[in-house]
Amino acid sequence: MTRVLGPLLPAVPFVAALVGLLLPPAPQRRSTRGRGRVDGGDRARTVAIALGLTGAAGALLVALALLVTVDGPVETSREWVDLGGLSVTLGFRLDPVAALVAVAVAAVALAVQVYSVAYLHRGPDDVDLDVDHRYPPYAAQISLFTAAMLLVVVAGDLIMLLVGWEVMGICSYLLIAHDRRLPEAPAAAMKAFLVTRVGDVGFLLGIALLGVSAGSFRIADVLAHDHPTGTLTAACLLLLAGVAGKSAQFPLHTWLPDAMAGPTPISALIHAATMVAAGIYAVTRLYPLFEQAPVALTVLGVMGAVTLLLGAFAATAQDDLKRVLAWSTVSQIGYLAGALAVGSPPAALFHLLSHAAFKALLFLAAGAVIHAVGSTLMSTMGGLRRGMPVIFWCTVVGLGALAGVPPLSGFWSKDGILAVAEAARHGAGPTPGWVGWLVWLAGLLGVAVTAWYATRLLLRTFLGDPRLPDTHPHDPPALMRWPVLLLAVPAALFGLAGFLPAVTDRLTSGAGPAPLAAGGELNHVGPGLLLPLVLLAVGAGGAWWMWRRDPAADPADHLGPLRPVFARAFRLDDLQHTLVVRPVRALGRLARRGDEVVVDGLVEGTGRATGGLGRGLAALHRAALPRAVAVLLAGVLLLGLAAVLLTGGAA
Amino acid sequence: MTVLLVAVLALPLLGALLTAALPARADRTARAVGTGFAALTLLAALPLAAGDRGWFAYTTESPAIRPWHQVDLPWVPGLDLRFHLGVDGISYPLVVLTALLVLLCCGYTLWRVPDGGPGRLLVALLLVVEVGLLGTFLALDMVLFLVFFEVVLLPMYAMIAGWGGADRRRAARKFALYTLLGSVLLLVGVFTVVTAAGTADLVALTGGTGLSRGTQLAAFTLLALAFAVKSPLWPLHTWLPDAHTQAPTVGSVVLAGVLLKMGTYGLIRVAVGVAPEGARWAAPVLGVLAVAAILVGSLVCLAQDELKRLIAYSSVGHMGFVLLGVATLTATGLQAALIGNIAHGVITGLLFFLAGAVKDRTGTGLLAELSGLRETAPRLAGLLAFAAVASLGLPGLAGFWGEAFAVVAAVQVGGPFWTTLAVLAAVGGALTAAYLLRLLRRVTHGRPTPAVAPLGAALARTELAAWAPLVLLALVIGLAPGLVLGMAGDPVQALVERVTSR
Repeated sequence: MTRVLGPLLPAVPFVAALVGLLLPPAPQRRSTRGRGRVDGGDRARTVAIALGLTGAAGALLVALALLVTVDGPVETSREWVDLGGLSVTLGFRLDPVAALVAVAVAAVALAVQVYSVAYLHRGPDDVDLDVDHRYPPYAAQISLFTAAMLLVVVAGDLIMLLVGWEVMGICSYLLIAHDRRLPEAPAAAMKAFLVTRVGDVGFLLGIALLGVSAGSFRIADVLAHDHPTGTLTAACLLLLAGVAGKSAQFPLHTWLPDAMAGPTPISALIHAATMVAAGIYAVTRLYPLFEQAPVALTVLGVMGAVTLLLGAFAATAQDDLKRVLAWSTVSQIGYLAGALAVGSPPAALFHLLSHAAFKALLFLAAGAVIHAVGSTLMSTMGGLRRGMPVIFWCTVVGLGALAGVPPLSGFWSKDGILAVAEAARHGAGPTPGWVGWLVWLAGLLGVAVTAWYATRLLLRTFLGDPRLPDTHPHDPPALMRWPVLLLAVPAALFGLAGFLPAVTDRLTSGAGPAPLAAGGELNHVGPGLLLPLVLLAVGAGGAWWMWRRDPAADPADHLGPLRPVFARAFRLDDLQHTLVVRPVRALGRLARRGDEVVVDGLVEGTGRATGGLGRGLAALHRAALPRAVAVLLAGVLLLGLAAVLLTGGAA
Repeated sequence: MTVLLVAVLALPLLGALLTAALPARADRTARAVGTGFAALTLLAALPLAAGDRGWFAYTTESPAIRPWHQVDLPWVPGLDLRFHLGVDGISYPLVVLTALLVLLCCGYTLWRVPDGGPGRLLVALLLVVEVGLLGTFLALDMVLFLVFFEVVLLPMYAMIAGWGGADRRRAARKFALYTLLGSVLLLVGVFTVVTAAGTADLVALTGGTGLSRGTQLAAFTLLALAFAVKSPLWPLHTWLPDAHTQAPTVGSVVLAGVLLKMGTYGLIRVAVGVAPEGARWAAPVLGVLAVAAILVGSLVCLAQDELKRLIAYSSVGHMGFVLLGVATLTATGLQAALIGNIAHGVITGLLFFLAGAVKDRTGTGLLAELSGLRETAPRLAGLLAFAAVASLGLPGLAGFWGEAFAVVAAVQVGGPFWTTLAVLAAVGGALTAAYLLRLLRRVTHGRPTPAVAPLGAALARTELAAWAPLVLLALVIGLAPGLVLGMAGDPVQALVERVTSR
């Protein structure tokens, strides 16, 4: 059964994507623009919607079937290609963790496919009639993305993992650039792909090192092989470069905030719930290797702690609703990296799943707000609670989970990470104690900052007086409302699943012995919960107090001179531009000039010199009669002399 | 089967003669006849894979080349030259690729003939080029190889000079003279080997049996230089951008798609095979130059502002990966080189078709004058995006295997030197992505420029027919690389054992 289900999981959305890509991408130009008339474009749109929904729903069904049937690691593989003794396999590696993640991915993908139908619809009051959302390629690219992510989830071979990994990247690129009205979208898309691709240089080299060392790219073979320590550490560090790129970890995080130029459902699916978590997931798949390379885990811990705080502080000063959420994603993935560094993949996976639920919820809710207001800036919002009560309450749940308000999901899963980090301070993890301290302290500070910006977002958007009095915001249509409502359920309750043995057993199944801080449980109830709760109250209360003093002003004004620094995320973007982008461009121009002037110059010069020499010789041969006679006589004289000398010498 | 082997060469030759002989008023008919012969050639080439291709008899005593089918006839008995043709797993994919691309190009001329001359002559020249290319890939005699290698040169020159762009004469002259220089080196190299060994038979020569170290070093240097000009290897590449840019669309497709492969194929089959000791000696230099080609090629592309020129330069980088694979002299590296060859032919062929379509429609190739293609011609923009993404080596598409496994092979050789080369080549992979995405951003995104605005969304049926096989192949080879590599495994292993045995 699982032999079929494993390959079927990515295959279902893949087929939907291939068929969808063959549909006409845009409606043909019509001479008469009849409203409501079914024409070629509308038909293609309908087919595309059906394909997208079928693909995602099919994948969800397969994933659920896997969740029920798989109760231990299942491995299937057959040879894909053999390159000079290095075998690449078409392998599927299923375990309960993979099934859980697959369910999360497929569920969010389905929610996004449904939501997009209404979100990318030309409404009756759209002013710009020429806007056509090009739905067929959009839906097909989401399906392709879903297939790629599911491939990463079930891949049993590093090369297959890489295939899914990069196809996700290209889908992300295509979808960020989807909105043709945004002038900044193409640049953002290109940045997203290139920054992750830079990380993938390391990822490919890491895979190459492991594959060459083990003689096979099959994950089971790679894990079983006894690698030399140096190779292992180098490979793990190289893999981390790819992880940092994909999961937006410092210093390769710069693409994620810009990626918000993509349509909001895309941000929910790719840039919040699934793809950005793929890096973390890949580390959990290869965790036995990382455990033997504490240096790599230490680097991961530092990276995670820096990212966690960087993202949280940057989120405090944004005015763009989606950018606040984007930075909060960066920060939350920092928690996941920290959890891995202190030795607990189950805690990381638990938070990964609850984050997927509440962050997808937050983005889809934000999409509804943006749809209603027509802008992404919080300075144009305010007082939306009255007009959009459903979205308001869903956002409250999502932000509560993000900040860690009990008993919502994020509270339990984040606390799990803090508990493991606390234990790792005393050397319980695979890394030195100071990494535990670092992750724990950064995590605690992050709790307060997260509570602060989450509260600010809620107050600025939904409470107070409307800042644009003319608009009449309303709750979105059913196709957008229901996905949000349904996602609110896991965002609220998934944390309690940490008490269920069915879930804890599945999450801990892939890990080694004693991966959790206390007795194999994900959720801990004890005095350790108090400190994060106090910090939560401090952060949320602080934001509320600043807002109370002047509801019209932005609480971020209290950051003073730090605000512009936070808003531009410590200007790391500029640094990247100065240190990488500009030099590479200059190098490109230099290489072009060098190639044209020096290398080709030599070639052309040789040609010209040969031509010139030929013309010179030809000119000599065209000499006038007196000189020609002189040269002839000189030649005769020379030859005669030579003859005399040579024959004389011979005699 | 031996009949087919001869037919593969005779059919295009016959087609060329017939096409050229038809009168001017039957130009379209002539082009159709030529296309028909190209199709027959492909049909004759495909079944060559059938029949006995067992490798069971391979021992260290048996020859390293064991063709599936061969023809071995005396040709010039006085000089002991033989007409020896054969096909095996290394040459078969290239034979099919050549037959396919020439067919697509001939079919394309049914729809559109570039300005400059009668279409039937262009088709005839394409078929003559095909004879030379197929002969090069099939020849198992060094002198025969040399002859076919030369056959390609002049018709290609005529194609550029006759049907090319504004600066065609200069580009054609540069192409002819530069590659002629390579041919002279090849001539000297071939006769160095033939006089020293007393035979020109590649089956007997492969493995370097009976050649002294000095001869091998000299022969490899000469042969490698000759093939490096053709491949082209940095810094011997500067004929390529001009030739590709000025050539008509079908000329660029054949040039990039298969003509360059004569160089890499020759390097593997002739240079490495005949002078393995020379290959081992020169491998580090070859590796350094290959990585330099990757980096310089991609950097130049980053600063390039003409569409066809950019794609032409991208070939320098891509062939750098192929040559890096060869330079490692490992089975993994050679296999990567073989599939990289095929993938580059498919993908760059497609890219040149698309670039030609863009240029024909808008009348310009300058990136500054192109923008917003996806607004007015979404399908063309989508195909261009697909080709660019395939070209940047996206895993799951054809381009990935050659590039990634050239890097893997360099890692496999190990040691600080080859590891550094692997790292630099991988960085080159990121630069490749950078310039191709820059190309897409310039051409497809943004608001339409005046040149792009009047375009219609429709694509001609001939265009779709010419592009669809390449799109499909890029996907199929990406998903099932075994189609190319499955048959190459044993011959490559045999070659590598000969190369590294001493």
